[in-house]
Order: sequence, then C-alpha cells, then structure tokens
Amino acid sequence: MDKLSHAQSELREMDALAAECSPIHALHPLCKLLVTVFYIAVTVSFPKYNFSGLVMMVLYPVIAFQVSGIPVGLCFYKLRLVLPLVCAVGLANPFLDHTPLLQLGTITVTGGVVSMVTLMLKGVFSLMASFLLIATTSIDAICAALRKLHVPGILTTLLLLTYRYIGVMLEEVTVMTEAYSLRAPGQKGIHISAWGSFLGQLLMRSMDRAEELYSSMVLRGFNGNFFYADISPFCLNDLLYTAVCAAAFLCARIFDIPGLLGSFFVG
Amino acid sequence: MHMADALLAPAVAATMYAASAVTVGASVKTLRKDETTAKLPTMAVTSALVFAGQMINYTIPGTGSSGHLCGGMMLSALLGPQAGFLSMVVILTIQALFFADGGLLALGANCWNMAFYGCFVGYYLLWRPLIRSKLFSSLGEKAAGRIRIILASVLGCVITLQLGAFSVVLETSLSGVTELPFRAFVGIMQPIHLAIGLVEGLITSAVLLFIYETRPELLMDVNKADTQLSGKLSLKTTLAILAVTAVIVGGGLSLFASANPDGLEWSMFGNAESGYSENMGLDEESFGISSGAADTAAAIQERTAFLPDYGFADSDMAAGTSVSGLVGSAIVAGAAAAICMAGGFFRKKKVAAKA
Repeated sequence: MDKLSHAQSELREMDALAAECSPIHALHPLCKLLVTVFYIAVTVSFPKYNFSGLVMMVLYPVIAFQVSGIPVGLCFYKLRLVLPLVCAVGLANPFLDHTPLLQLGTITVTGGVVSMVTLMLKGVFSLMASFLLIATTSIDAICAALRKLHVPGILTTLLLLTYRYIGVMLEEVTVMTEAYSLRAPGQKGIHISAWGSFLGQLLMRSMDRAEELYSSMVLRGFNGNFFYADISPFCLNDLLYTAVCAAAFLCARIFDIPGLLGSFFVG
Repeated sequence: MHMADALLAPAVAATMYAASAVTVGASVKTLRKDETTAKLPTMAVTSALVFAGQMINYTIPGTGSSGHLCGGMMLSALLGPQAGFLSMVVILTIQALFFADGGLLALGANCWNMAFYGCFVGYYLLWRPLIRSKLFSSLGEKAAGRIRIILASVLGCVITLQLGAFSVVLETSLSGVTELPFRAFVGIMQPIHLAIGLVEGLITSAVLLFIYETRPELLMDVNKADTQLSGKLSLKTTLAILAVTAVIVGGGLSLFASANPDGLEWSMFGNAESGYSENMGLDEESFGISSGAADTAAAIQERTAFLPDYGFADSDMAAGTSVSGLVGSAIVAGAAAAICMAGGFFRKKKVAAKA
C-alpha cells in the first residue's frame, strides 16, 4: 500500500476507534483535551536524568488504553514519524555527555545514555497520550471542546471542513497517482515534465468545486457559523477524572515514587 | 521538520503557542473584515488538496530521490497570507492529531516554524514585492511573470525553510534536550534544509506556473503591478519586515546566548575546578554579592524554574538514588505489564460472555 492509501486507511481507523463505547469515550471532550495537554506538559518537564521519575508516567496511558480497549499496536505504528527526529537529536547525547551516573558491575551508565533514553520515552509517552485522545474523541467533539475554550469559530469550522475534504482529496490524488503510474511503469514518482500539470489540474478543479460547495452551503442556510453536536455538560465524573489525573501527574512529578519504592526493597 | 513534544520544554512550547495564537488572532481579525464566509470552503478544499498533494512524490531528475510540495508558500500565493496561515495551522493540527506528525504540545512551535515563516515572511518579503515588481519586464510581460513566479517560489521556500530549521535548532537548544553544541546542530540542519528548500521551491513554482498559464486570476498579486503598491512602498515594507525578522532572530539568539556561558564567563569560571592558571579560576558559587534577598530570590527561582538546571550537584547522591530508582522503575514497569495482562484477560472474558 502506498502513502496515500495508508493515510486514507489511518483516517478511517481513527474514526472507527472514536465511535466505540468505553468509559474513556464517554468522558467530556474538554476534560480529555485538558488532561492530555497537562499530561504531555508534565512528561516533557522531567529533567533529562530523571529516568525513574519519568517511568511513573507510563501508568496513565497504559491504564487508559486498557480501560478504553484501544489497541496499543496501532499507536506504536505511528511512532515511525515521531521517533526519527527525536532519535537524531538524542543519539548524539551518549557521545557528548560522559558524566558517570551509575555503576552496574563493570558497566558505567553515563548521563548521555540516560538522557537519550528519557528523551525517547518522553516522545513515546507524549504520542501515546495524543493518540489516546484522538482515538477516543471524534473530530466534531474536539472542535466543540475547542469552541468552549474560545478558539475562533473560523478555525474550528475550517478544521472540520478540511478534515471532511481531506478524505475526498486523498481519494482523488490516489486515483490520479495510480493512473499515472500505470502509464509510466517503473517510474518512482512524477516526472519533471508533469510537475506542474499533475497537481495544477486538480487544484483548478478543486477551486471550482469549492465555489459549488459554497453555493450549496449557502442554499442550505450557511451564514458562517457551524452548529456543533450538543455535547453533554461537564458533569461530576468529568471533574473527578480531571482532578484525579492532574493530582496524580503532579505527585509523579514532585515525588520520586519509583525511588521510594525501590529503597523500600533495596534498603 | 515537524517537531515532537519530547524536543520541547514546557516553557518554550508555551511561548511558541502564545506567538502562534497571537498570529492566529491577528489573521482571524484581518479576515473578518473580508468576506470570510465565502472564502471558507475555498480555504478548506485548498488546504485538503495541499495536505494530499504533500504526499505525492516528485522525482528529482538525475538523483533517484524524490521531493515534495512546499505548503506554506503555495497556500499564501493562492489564498493570501492570513488565510494561508490559518489553513496551514489546520493542516498541522490534523497531522498532529491523526498522523502523529508533530505533537500536541509542539503544535505552537510547528505552526510558527512552518506556517508563520512560509505564509507571512514568504508572502510579504518575497512573493508580493517580487510579483508586483517590474523585474525582467524587458523580456515581455508573460516571460517576466514566469521568471518572477519561479524566483519568488524558490527564494521563498529556501528562505522560509532556513528560518524554520533555525527555529527548530533554537527551540530544541533552549529546551535543553540535546547535548549537541548549537553550532554543530545548526551546521547539520541548515544545509539539509537548503537542499530541501530548493527542491520544494522548484516543485511549488512548477505548480504555480501551471496556474499562471491557465487561470492567473487564482494567484494573489498577479497583474496588480501598478494598482496598489508603488515601488517605494514595497521597498519600505520589505525593509520593515527584514527589520522585524532580524529582531525576532536576534532576540532568539540573545536568549540562547544568555543561557550559556559566554567567553568572559568562561574565562572567569570555566576551569575553576581544575584550578588552571590560564583563567582567573574563580569559584562561581562563592563569587558575587551574597545577601538575604539574593538567597531568597535564588530559592524562589530554583522552585519555580520551568527550565530546570540539569547539572548534578552531588553525583554520589545521584548514583545512590539511581539504584533504588532503577528497582522502583522495574516495579512500575511490572505493574504496567500486569495492568495490560489484566485488561486483556477481562476483554477476552467479555468477548466470550457475548458469544
């Protein structure tokens, strides 16, 4: 499957996951959005040598994934995009930071190795949390939550419309690419002679389509405002979830719980 | 060039969010004056097209590798800088949410690095002045237009990508996540993005040239040479934007510089521990004015610091807690695995009960 088909199936998969039912799916989108952003902010705020403290942060995504029934495998597939840059930045650390931190038998663990591992863990944990948000919340609910946060209506309407049209455009580009590759077998991409016309043709058709789309929207009474699905009010469960999660993240950040646990066994 | 959450400290991420939010606010305000409602479907369809178009591989002749379209420049040439910026913000949000390309916390930084430079700097600094200018008019109107579009697209992509790549380096270095020296990091990022920018610029210019030949009215500022902007004003605008860019880049650089010891600081404190005679060998801790107020301020700063000082004051103690930390981490990892197994067990039971 090529990149375009992959993107289409990924979008479909995410929509299907967001339509499932679970206690996490049932939470208010605003509460999930706030908890996710706070989780990521706390995770990335851990100092680079604080490996043991950071490990505590794995519990939130692990518990939430299990409660919501979202397959973790799908999330790890998405790491292919995040990890290369994180690795590129982190891989230099072991070569540049030789501060000895720990002696395990004859092996000395240096600060560079620890900071590289914590950087990668931060990348993985942040991705897991974002994935969990979008896999348990539909784009309409996220836009409604963003409106509650007073994000401009133009932006949320544009987000919804673009999301709607990404599926259509991906399909059109896939058909065009397939047709092109059948007429140019063995060629990796679009030849320089067709660089302009390939996307240009579609662009012009799309601009015309946008005008027709606008006319049809106006005929149905569109006046610039979108009416979002009425999301349930912020109830006690949502408040409790937000408060417990925030308190747990703060505790994990302030206290070295794995250190305390370890010293209980090691002495 | 999408940054991940892990590469940013919360303070840097928040600053970039604030900068991008202000730009979004200003863009929305400007757009409201126009007929935004009518523009919305065009913005949505064009950004969806650019999103899909960025996945097309364009073969680079003679290399065997492929390049992609430059979204920011293309959108600002078609929709204008404000609408282009909002469209890019939406594309980056969808990429971060659905494709894990970039992160939720890093979204502000990504919007700045890719959308702000591409749309505003690219448009006001290059696209508009070049397209409205009378450069190459001796070659004939059509040929001059073509050359101006190629020049604006290529220069726009190269410069905005350079600015974006520099911002990535600056933000990562300020966040303190890499041991790579600033110079080395810049030395790696800038040349790579020079090549990428060149290829992206050529692809973008090819698409925009096609539009110019067939439907020139779709492009911003084309055939508007004498109407709104005189040559004098364009120079003024260009200089003003150059000055703003210089202040932003310079301000960012000075922030970075202040976070690192400069030559003077190094000469005073650099080798204090080894007591070298090459420098003054002063002890930084015991140097300066000591007072109750200064100590209190230092204590408050230590408690509230968003960007923690990563230095290890007492390495023995650090090593001591690390062993128990490792054991504790193993316990937490075990607990996580147990939760996973329990979840799987209960799900199987549920499925069996349903069957």
